[in-house]
Amino acid sequence: MIPFIVTASVAFLFYLVLVIGSGPVIFWSWEEILAGVIIGLATGIICRKVFCKNENYRMLCPARLVGLVIYICGPFLVELTKANLDVAYRIITGRIRPGIIRLHSGMKSDLALTMLAHSITLTPGTLSVNVDEENHDLFIHVIHLDEGEEKKEVFEAEEIFAFMNIPAWIRRIAE
Amino acid sequence: MLADSIAFVLLVIGLIFNALGVIGLLRFPDVYTRLHASTKATTFGSIFLCLGVVVYAIAHYFWTSDSQYLMVIVHTIIAVFALAVTNAAGSHAIARAAHKSGQKPEPSVVDRLSEAGL
Repeated sequence: MIPFIVTASVAFLFYLVLVIGSGPVIFWSWEEILAGVIIGLATGIICRKVFCKNENYRMLCPARLVGLVIYICGPFLVELTKANLDVAYRIITGRIRPGIIRLHSGMKSDLALTMLAHSITLTPGTLSVNVDEENHDLFIHVIHLDEGEEKKEVFEAEEIFAFMNIPAWIRRIAE
Repeated sequence: MLADSIAFVLLVIGLIFNALGVIGLLRFPDVYTRLHASTKATTFGSIFLCLGVVVYAIAHYFWTSDSQYLMVIVHTIIAVFALAVTNAAGSHAIARAAHKSGQKPEPSVVDRLSEAGL
């Protein structure tokens, strides 16, 4: 029952967000709200086993969702800007020294590991290539390694980000 | 007027970053470094393009209070999130497939993935 309610309400809210500005009831018209209820019920019946596969409802907590929005608008955006200026510099000058390194992530859940891999791909001159499923290590391709860094066996997740402590943020949101 | 100018500046910045992504795609030597250019630069450029749309739509929403502009704003923000997530996941899939099919990073100073043998 709980998976059905969660899936149906998420689908209903998402439909409302998509058709915002259609009528007089706050932002919506009655027809769209009715259509949203029908679509939510249908989605809840069909997708409840896919959407709530792990029976894990931690991400429904409002504090975590607010934390996710703050994380995306704050630390992530700073790192994204810095990474893009760096990559633009490398594109123009062509000074690259690439290599694949092993990164010790320290994440326990799959969701946190996914978020870290996505953040790594979009931020600091790095690109996640593969995952070691046993101990949740990531293999990442770095576009510019400094002299001597290639001798190091394992990197910690905190070392590759420039300004913000991204792994601590992800741990707070997703674990 | 001011909002139009800001939207124009944002569009130009976005186009510059997208153009840099294309130049990097042609200029870099192997598949991984090319993925760097094509994922990061184009994501950042597209964020600026969408920001231009949002600024333009917000200004017109306040002038005309036509609620259709709200829909433009929300859809653009959703498009940015979809773009960022799929870009990261897609580039990860391409990089993993390239390494599995034997494309070694060339040039490279270190390759821990081949040493680990995964």
